[in-house]
Amino acid sequence: MATTIIESKNKIHPYKMLLWVGLGSIVMMFAGLTSAYIVKKSQANWLEFELPKLFYISTLVILISSFTIQMAVKKAKAGELAQYRGFLSVTAILGLAFVILQVRGFQALEASNVALTGARSNSAGSFLLVITGLHLLHLVGGVIALVVISLRSAAAKSSSNQVLPVELAATYWHFVDLLWIYLFVFLNWVG
Amino acid sequence: MSHEAALHEGHGHDDHGHHEHHDTFLTKYVFSQDHKMIAKQFLITGMVWAVLGGLMSVLFRLQLGYPDASFPWLESILGKWAKGGQITPEAYYALVTTHGTVLVFFVLTAGLSGTFANFLIPLQVGARDMASPFLNMLSYWFFFIASIIMLSSLFVETGPFSGGWTAYPPLSALHDASPGSKTGMDLWIIAMALFVVSSLLGGLNYITTILNMRTKGMSMTRLPLTIWALFFTAVLGVLSFPVLLSGMILLIFDRNFGTSFYLSDIYVNGVGALSNEGGSAILFQHLFWFLGHPEVYIILLPAMGMVSEIMSVNSRKPIFGYMAMLGSLFAIAILAFLVWAHHMFVTGLNPLLGSVFVLLTLLIAVPSAIKVFNWLTTLWRGNIRFTPAMLFAIGFVSLFISGGLTGIWLGNAALDIYLHDSYFVVAHFHIVMGVASMFGMFAGVYHWFPKMYGRYLNNSLGYIHFWITMAGAYLIFWPMHYQGLAGMPRRYFDFSIWESFKQFAELNRFISTIAMIVFATQILFLINFFYSIFKGRKVTVLNPWESNTLEWTTPIRPGHGNWPGEIPEVHRWPYDYGKDGHDFIPQTTPVGEDETGTH
Ligand code: HEM
Ligand SMILES: [Cu+2]
Repeated sequence: MATTIIESKNKIHPYKMLLWVGLGSIVMMFAGLTSAYIVKKSQANWLEFELPKLFYISTLVILISSFTIQMAVKKAKAGELAQYRGFLSVTAILGLAFVILQVRGFQALEASNVALTGARSNSAGSFLLVITGLHLLHLVGGVIALVVISLRSAAAKSSSNQVLPVELAATYWHFVDLLWIYLFVFLNWVG
Repeated sequence: MSHEAALHEGHGHDDHGHHEHHDTFLTKYVFSQDHKMIAKQFLITGMVWAVLGGLMSVLFRLQLGYPDASFPWLESILGKWAKGGQITPEAYYALVTTHGTVLVFFVLTAGLSGTFANFLIPLQVGARDMASPFLNMLSYWFFFIASIIMLSSLFVETGPFSGGWTAYPPLSALHDASPGSKTGMDLWIIAMALFVVSSLLGGLNYITTILNMRTKGMSMTRLPLTIWALFFTAVLGVLSFPVLLSGMILLIFDRNFGTSFYLSDIYVNGVGALSNEGGSAILFQHLFWFLGHPEVYIILLPAMGMVSEIMSVNSRKPIFGYMAMLGSLFAIAILAFLVWAHHMFVTGLNPLLGSVFVLLTLLIAVPSAIKVFNWLTTLWRGNIRFTPAMLFAIGFVSLFISGGLTGIWLGNAALDIYLHDSYFVVAHFHIVMGVASMFGMFAGVYHWFPKMYGRYLNNSLGYIHFWITMAGAYLIFWPMHYQGLAGMPRRYFDFSIWESFKQFAELNRFISTIAMIVFATQILFLINFFYSIFKGRKVTVLNPWESNTLEWTTPIRPGHGNWPGEIPEVHRWPYDYGKDGHDFIPQTTPVGEDETGTH
């Protein structure tokens, strides 16, 4: 069935469009949260604090990973399977590094007496945890997708059916990257 | 005649679709990826919820109508919820809350959009299935699991959540606020989160399929209005449900991790002051209503779309003002995101901001009026066929007018401060959303049942169903306007203890009685529905309503893939009724040389 369903002459592949619309809804979720953040910030009991330095490093890491996944797409299109797999793996590893850095960042905050949850917590810290934590969950979803694609590509003989999955993954990955940049700028300077 | 020939073609292929795939029982009926089967799954699950939710309303109306009476049989059915044969206050609030949640989200969102978006989008745009049949299947199963969890919350020791369908904190945020705020609320949140995922997966598919999978010749302005309405519905859902989700995530943190998003150092009876600081319950209201208001249109737009289609077909006339219908759908969709604070006029909103929301709210009356005008003009001098579907469609317009007008009252902040949280609001939204959308859903079921099951529903039962429901809906909700104007607040367990509301005792009894009659009438519909699936009169022609849209070019019982051969090409818009001496000209008919003005 799957082949007949996608028989019409579409300019953009339906799965890509599905993804784009899905990204729109993720944007709305973070728009909701960051708006709530602004509203809350203008009210009493707001604790001012600095973002952990580790977040700067993780920003750098995720920026690099956008570059590596773009290389993976390029290699998949060129049919250079070994390099394609290499770039995929590097991207996944950078993703994991980002996760670790973020979690360490939260720990650093807690250590410097900014309680994120619990009775001593202030909603400034809690917001930071929820917003960046949700972003982290989305990124973990991306890492899982990358791992699945890598495993599948290991079994594949040609790269022709690899292009769509990695293109989808790359779109998502760039999105999660951009989302982080937005959040980083927002939390640091705007909000 | 060419389409006559096509008719016979179709017959020959009728069974073809069935044999193409080797479906097991499990893949055909349970884990189906066929949009038509998924539609039926949504419909039937929605119907189960409608019966349960309706039954709940009968129970709490029993309490409101007969606050002093005792019904021993109630205790034998409900046990501790009806001690001494009388609904307890806790049970009353649990019933009202679950009734609201279930009807708004599970019946009129999942049941309505889930059914008709799934069924009609591929069939009417000319696609073999959704963009991703797999995600579509997941969408149903998320809904199913959400349903099971919501259902299970009815059976936990402390009862289901009982703080109202809007789930405002602190009732929803504090475990100790009420019995239902414990496990009941946990289950409510989980069920709603899964429900949101289901809606999102559905919505992504609906949007993509409409934009990307249309058959040759099916330009956007040749889409039936049903599809346009379902498109805007999906857009609203995809953009607003995530915001509700974010609000619920913050709620989960407040409930379980001691954060202070919504909670502050309020004093709680028996507990003392909370240790939370600086939270704002109103923040939740903003996040909730940012979804909540689009949600009411998510419920209404599919009904509007189907009503437009059914009215045109059964008036044998083109829909009046197709482009105006589109424009007003678009305007409604935009405005739906800009008016949420009209639910919050009494929260101490900045008066200036309040006025802005008044203005934007009242603006909705403009596209709404355009739609009403166009429906009425479509009927005007039509060759009207009063099928049950048509009657429900006309009933919808009546209800939409009645309820829309009271919306304009409520949209004025000055009036709303008095009317807020009164029975006036209950009357407003039940007429304009609850009953009206239900009518749209009934219209859709009566109209597309032959396509769904290859059989007809019984017409006589349909007429009885319509007239009793129509009269009943007004008899139930019209008097509530007066009760609201007289100051009767909503969500109260027992009015008989106030001197000022004693005058309404008889009216309350009257409303409750009618509610039971109307509920019983719905059983009639259920019997008709299930009987007709198996024993109804068989459909023997491809196009029983002589309609122009593509779904009627499929075999009588289409298989997975919808068209046995090629997907037909489209040559015109779907509303060529009564044109150039032809009663109807299907979308698949090429435009003739001598034809006047084409679309
Ligand atoms: C001209 C159009 C409309 C206007 C100006 C309007 C205005 C309002 C206002 C101001 C309220 C708040 C009342 C209060 O709580 O004090 C309200 C409540 C409500 N409206 Fe409308 N409305 C309109 C149409 C609709 C439509 C078309 C629907 C649904 C399809 C709808 C569904 C609801 C619901 C569900 C509520 C109550 C929610 C709750 O508190 O539980 N309204 N409306
Ligand atoms: Cu509203």
